[in-house]
Amino acid sequence: MNDFLAARSQMALSLGFHIVFSCIGMVMPFFMAVAHFLYIRTGNDIYKNITRAWSKGVAIFFATGAVSGTVLSFELGLLWPEFMRHAGPIFGMPFSLEGTAFFIEAIALGFFLYGWGRFNQWFHWITGVVVGISGLVSGILVVAANAWMNSPAGFDFVNGQYLNIDPIKAMFNDAWFSQSLHMCIAAFAATGFAVAGIHALMILRKRNIAFHTTAFRIPALFACIAAVLQPLSGDISAKDVARRQPAKLAAMEAHFKTEPASPLVIGGIPDPVAKEVKYGVEIPGLLSFMVYSDFHTPVKGLDQIPENDQPPIAITHYAFQIMVGLGMIMLGIAVCYFVAVIKKKSWLRMPWLLRLFVIATPMGFIAVEAGWTVTEVGRQPWIINGVMRTAEAVTPMPGIAYSFYIFTAVYISLSLIVTFLLYRQIRMVPEIYDVKTPAL
Amino acid sequence: MIFVVMAYLWAAILLYILLGGADFGAGIIELFTSEKNKAYTRNTMYQAIGPIWEANHMWLIIAIVVLFVGFPEIYTTISTHLHIPLVIMLFGIIARGTAFTFRHYDAVKDNMQKVYNRIFVYSSFVTPFFLGVIAGSAVSGRIDPEANNFLDAYVYTWLNWFSVTVGFFTVAICGYLAAIFIIGETDDDNSRVRFIRKAKQMNLAAAVFGALVFWAAHAEGIPLDKWMFDNPVGIIAIIAAVLSLGLLWYVLLKKGKVIIIRVLAGFQVTMILLAITIRHYPNIVILKGGRYLSLLEHAGQEKTIHSLAMALLLGSLLILPALFYLLYSFRKNDAVEH
Repeated sequence: MNDFLAARSQMALSLGFHIVFSCIGMVMPFFMAVAHFLYIRTGNDIYKNITRAWSKGVAIFFATGAVSGTVLSFELGLLWPEFMRHAGPIFGMPFSLEGTAFFIEAIALGFFLYGWGRFNQWFHWITGVVVGISGLVSGILVVAANAWMNSPAGFDFVNGQYLNIDPIKAMFNDAWFSQSLHMCIAAFAATGFAVAGIHALMILRKRNIAFHTTAFRIPALFACIAAVLQPLSGDISAKDVARRQPAKLAAMEAHFKTEPASPLVIGGIPDPVAKEVKYGVEIPGLLSFMVYSDFHTPVKGLDQIPENDQPPIAITHYAFQIMVGLGMIMLGIAVCYFVAVIKKKSWLRMPWLLRLFVIATPMGFIAVEAGWTVTEVGRQPWIINGVMRTAEAVTPMPGIAYSFYIFTAVYISLSLIVTFLLYRQIRMVPEIYDVKTPAL
Repeated sequence: MIFVVMAYLWAAILLYILLGGADFGAGIIELFTSEKNKAYTRNTMYQAIGPIWEANHMWLIIAIVVLFVGFPEIYTTISTHLHIPLVIMLFGIIARGTAFTFRHYDAVKDNMQKVYNRIFVYSSFVTPFFLGVIAGSAVSGRIDPEANNFLDAYVYTWLNWFSVTVGFFTVAICGYLAAIFIIGETDDDNSRVRFIRKAKQMNLAAAVFGALVFWAAHAEGIPLDKWMFDNPVGIIAIIAAVLSLGLLWYVLLKKGKVIIIRVLAGFQVTMILLAITIRHYPNIVILKGGRYLSLLEHAGQEKTIHSLAMALLLGSLLILPALFYLLYSFRKNDAVEH
């Protein structure tokens, strides 16, 4: 494995690992806040126990997310020093603000986790909400920094020099809103389906049914609302990408030929040599409609993009298909759930509805990973779109492959341990969180 | 505005050494505690740092963000030429943070606890050791941006006696801070005596490794003695540190107030950092051949520094009151001083 590929793989691995923990860390506090609120209002101990059970999970995920985030702040320089030398001062603004948000989150988490019985209950509740809000703000800021790489702004690039730097303009680049919106909704959908799925499984296995049924409702509601909203934000994102990064959009859609009434290709195997998609389903004019809201305007294809400026087409296309496909399945489940809640209450007691949620447990996170693959791989060969190539940014240090192997081993072991801990938390529900006579 | 940013960078490093250092020290103390007292020490430490440990480590993030936004040349030079110790330190941070959380939040308390404990104590040693190695390397004059073979460019930059002794010195300082801190966290007289003995040992270790740092500097041709003692601020800072150490032991043995000994310990570390940094101000990295990376000359453009300063000022308005309230709320809840 050459050093460049190793550096890219290590970055992808670290981001792919961190993203799961940061999503959970920023969304779970909102679920907890709802359960905690219901406990304070109703005095029902089930809500208190749910809040406490979830808060254990949050502590585990937050700590893992915090350390993997710390690692990333160093890895930017360890792997991409040439990028950071120029980009740091331009896109650093969201990171400096994120430092504050993350700090507040850590402080609020200290209050929340160790605050049971120590503080006024509403103060305690608010510290939990602050954990969620500051986590969300952190997420938005970090995504804004990534958006700058897709849509560089706030400087003039003159003869290889980065002049007239304006960090505020860089932060509010063209892509920050659409990307942050898409990511935040994705975090709610992914975490919601994951948590709801686990509780659904426990209900199906007839364990602590009252506890798990109550716990199921909160993430399920968040997840289903997010699943309905996500296609809308996806549409905003796609139109945005088409305008700013036609090469990325063309790779996502495996759209080789620029022609009027550009077709939307569903599935299929892109063949970059023959410049065509095999076995895909083509719907004529639909891509034109999705991008320009009319069926005839041609969408720029890969034929109009120089070959050495094209991203890897197959990976981007597959990742995009996976993301959209899973999004559609989650939308379908959400529709079923809303029909059940509003019209057909009897469905709520049917095992098939719960089974759907169990199947959907990993879907949101797979979609999140696929979406990040689209964003990052689709931007290649650029690290700063149109300005700096990824290959120019990589560290001169040889032997990065070894570093990649060790990081892989560390992250795999961590994932296994976290899964193991989660399994133990769930297994201990009857003894810790749902005893027949709950101790106060 | 550049001075605001520099002040924040210095403060973040200091606070990381003090708070993060005491936090690392908790693991170091546990490592050097006999088997029969380990559980008590662990629990006392956990009571004290459980709610605040995440916040203690945020100072590192603040420092690194200030570096990469405001001083990208410095950040990239360090991360290129000290790649290896940085990666080891990062593994230490991962192992320590997760082991600390996992051992508390594992729903089943079984043999896994031993695994977590072991990972926690060893990573508590390794992480500050490599932090010290990195800090020592930054001023060792071994970083050579023009080096063209692997060993000179990426290994001997940090693998030298000076950097290694600074690493051990950092570990001893962390252990010392934690030992001083934990004395105030116990009500049990026997344990108090034990913790005082631990503080003495750590204090001695810091003195020994401090002397070794000077020896290593001498052996490697680094004029450390000159840096520390050829300017009045350095001399005064070192004298103040020594005097306050005497005072600390006097107060401690007279069973004075816990807060006083804690402040004195913090004061000593502050003075040591001041003495080390003042002589090189505004330089922060010393390269091979006597060249420097300076906080003034290698800063980002004015607008970047301005917005960074604003972000830091705004951030501290939010962070500091919340942090003080956190530390205040979770201080030891007994009205009676020893």
